[in-house]
Amino acid sequence: MARVVVDVMLKPEILDPQGQAVQRALPRLGFTGIADVRQGKRFELELEGPVDDAALARIREAAETFLANTVIEDFTVRVEEAAK
Amino acid sequence: MTTRIGVVTFPGSLDDRDAQRAVRLAGAEPVALWHRDKDLHQVDAVVLPGGFSYGDYLRCGAISRFSPVMETVIEQAKLGMPVLGICNGFQVLCESHLLPGALTRNDSLHFVCRDQKLRIENAETAWTGDYSAGQEIVVPLKNGEGRFVADAHVLDELEAEGRVVARYLAGGNAADGYGNPNGSYRDIAGITNAAGNVVGLMPHPEHAVEPLTGPTTEGLGFFTSVLKQLVNA
Repeated sequence: MARVVVDVMLKPEILDPQGQAVQRALPRLGFTGIADVRQGKRFELELEGPVDDAALARIREAAETFLANTVIEDFTVRVEEAAK
Repeated sequence: MTTRIGVVTFPGSLDDRDAQRAVRLAGAEPVALWHRDKDLHQVDAVVLPGGFSYGDYLRCGAISRFSPVMETVIEQAKLGMPVLGICNGFQVLCESHLLPGALTRNDSLHFVCRDQKLRIENAETAWTGDYSAGQEIVVPLKNGEGRFVADAHVLDELEAEGRVVARYLAGGNAADGYGNPNGSYRDIAGITNAAGNVVGLMPHPEHAVEPLTGPTTEGLGFFTSVLKQLVNA
């Protein structure tokens, strides 16, 4: 089975209060030197069939209409290499 | 004939009963609508109530937007049927693209629950005709993801077309209901579509319809407004 990964992130201009809260907590825990944190979502889609152009086009459509809200979020679609 | 106003129940809706009660107190007949049923049962208007439909999974309102009942609601809203989305209902309307923009995590990251002062900016929508423009009201507000965002061009368009329905009142003590509770752009608490039949509102007018349980009865106007609009139509 092939795996396709869809990453969804808030657009850069949209405030990410969760990411900010994580960033503020990091130095308190001794993790210094991190300038910015943005938090997003990762979807792992296991395909029944082969990863061809048609399948990827459908997944992009799903990402655009459902997995991401393109008013506030950007998404990327990539095929994950099979584990050796 | 009595005016029939439908209230949709999604899995995870909380305020459907209060919305039905507000509809009844306004003088209309509340009709319970079920998310899996495409049939709107001859209602004249629809309320999408507050709550956490589908557990707010994925994004608030993102899954409800694809429920069978919403297919018909979207279709009828485009034909002019009055639709009011309160809180989670507002989120569903934005996810459905019946209203522009989106509702995101409060800037404070806290869930805010308090009585909120609002200014009604547009008293000409299907749901606000019983108010006057500039009127100040107090109704409960309770949300974790109520921060209205849209790009500057959309915000300018909303303002220019008078489509901001209600704004949070800035200044004064939070304890007295003042201030922007969630970081919404331009203090926006509610907006309407261009036709004025679809309204989304983050605060809860249906919780301010009776002196016994609400801070005021100033929320009732949303429900009496639509009733008047439908009777006169």
